[in-house]
Amino acid sequence: MSHSQLLVFELTILVLAIFLGFEVISKVPTLLHTPLMSGTNAIHGIVIVGAMVVMGHGHKDTLTWVIGFAAVILASANVVGGFVVTDRMLEMFKRRRPERAAKDDDQSTSPKP
Amino acid sequence: MSRTTTDLLYLVTIVTFVLALAFLSRPDKARIGNWIGAAGMLLAIAVTFAQSSIMSYWEIVLGMAIGGGFGAVAARRVKMTAMPQMVALFNGVGGGAAALVSWAEFHRQAPMAGSLKVDIGIAIMLSALIGAISFAGSMVAFAKLQELIQGRPITYPGQQVVNALVLGGGLAAGIAIAAGGEEQWLMWVLLACAAAFGVLFVLPIGGADMPVVISLLNAFTGLAAAATGFELENNVLIVAGMLVGASGTLLTLMMSRAMNRSITNVLFGAFGQVTAAAAASADTDGGTVRSATAEDVAVMLAYAHKVVVVPGYGLAVAQAQHDVRQLADLLEEKGVEVTYAIHPVAGRMPGHMNVLLAEANVPYPQLKEMDEANPEFTRTDVVLVVGANDVVNPDARNNQGSPIYGMPILNVDQAQTVVVLKRSMSPGFAGIENPLFFNPKTVMLFGDAKDSITTLIGDVKGL
Repeated sequence: MSHSQLLVFELTILVLAIFLGFEVISKVPTLLHTPLMSGTNAIHGIVIVGAMVVMGHGHKDTLTWVIGFAAVILASANVVGGFVVTDRMLEMFKRRRPERAAKDDDQSTSPKP
Repeated sequence: MSRTTTDLLYLVTIVTFVLALAFLSRPDKARIGNWIGAAGMLLAIAVTFAQSSIMSYWEIVLGMAIGGGFGAVAARRVKMTAMPQMVALFNGVGGGAAALVSWAEFHRQAPMAGSLKVDIGIAIMLSALIGAISFAGSMVAFAKLQELIQGRPITYPGQQVVNALVLGGGLAAGIAIAAGGEEQWLMWVLLACAAAFGVLFVLPIGGADMPVVISLLNAFTGLAAAATGFELENNVLIVAGMLVGASGTLLTLMMSRAMNRSITNVLFGAFGQVTAAAAASADTDGGTVRSATAEDVAVMLAYAHKVVVVPGYGLAVAQAQHDVRQLADLLEEKGVEVTYAIHPVAGRMPGHMNVLLAEANVPYPQLKEMDEANPEFTRTDVVLVVGANDVVNPDARNNQGSPIYGMPILNVDQAQTVVVLKRSMSPGFAGIENPLFFNPKTVMLFGDAKDSITTLIGDVKGL
């Protein structure tokens, strides 16, 4: 594939991704907008792939190494932090509190008929 | 591993990311979606490691351990109330990483004379510019939300001109790079100007507008990541970046619609400046404020059929969400129907209040969005407003002079009785007077929200 063909191909993917993104995300309820933000946060951590690539092959001078290393650190903080924090939030969304179990903090010893 | 295999495996990652977002449309399945996305990310990292061009494994692993360790600890420790600044922080580091990748790529490619293709140059410029803006802007947003610097808008004369000049400088350097300029200092100018612009453009934005800003910066980082994908000819970066870009853009639009303000007005309006003047004109004189005791309110609540709680950021600040849930449980045992009405901009980021209440074990079907909640108020006996102010301000409907005129609000004044829990009569975050407090239907219960709720729990129990 020539370079310009590749570019057109990539642009096609880009445009389709925009439409797909709007389609999928408009279905997310307001209830989950914070997890949506932290989840997309984690997804843009994919830039870690870029950081690995530049650090992998740019071994010629110190500056590239330092920049690449810093990029790897930042991107991995992004990835790990993003997914962990999203998981913590989503864990809390329950349809119903487990019968009586959530009551433990106020009246745990209430007798049941 | 061949390029084809690599790209096919990256395609799997793309699918997992789309699934992760698709699962978010169902609260009970969303967590699984997040795991699927994380698995896809892990796959992408493994595939990248397997590429023949990657040589310095151990340094990469070391970097990942440092960054990942920091991310994990921060993510585990953060309180749910501090979630907006955490999201801002992770967003910023992502943008910073994208900018650094572009810098390294420019540094590697540029010295080979004439090697930098125009489209790669444009991608490098965009990724570095947007990534650096997002990094610096997110850090300022983080500092504001963490209250390291003041949340009120910081303004000075000629601000827009200075901002435009700084951004112009960054753009000029970027265009020079795209046009084939290979001087390294061009990149330094670009990054410095972009970072300075990021700081300057978030500084004048008030704390109440943070939901919009965080969403916008989220979109920026996505775009920067997508541009990085063009540099490295990598589809997974392009798709993942644009998914995030679309999400951030959509949230930005929703948030500004929820405040009835255009994005330009949020970004350049320096909200909070205008309001001091407008507050004086609000039609509140002549009205009196009725305050009630906790016992009175407890009786009202216990003998009501339907109670709606309207939580605001004040509730989160007072850490009263668990107490509110206990009160609600108690009322439900007495046969009262309790729901929560949540305004889109309650909290400091989109959907923040839902997370806080979910943390307090409130089942999410009880959390009602504005459109769902508003028709219910006419059939509601008591509305309990806890730490909310501007989102229940009837001036948004009636007073054309009000800075929040036209903003969609929760019509709590249509209920039989409104109980407002408030520390004092001081105006809210945006500094706007609220005629709801002077409404004859309204009673005020002054004091710290947590203390008031605790007292209410005791009183309801005693009935």
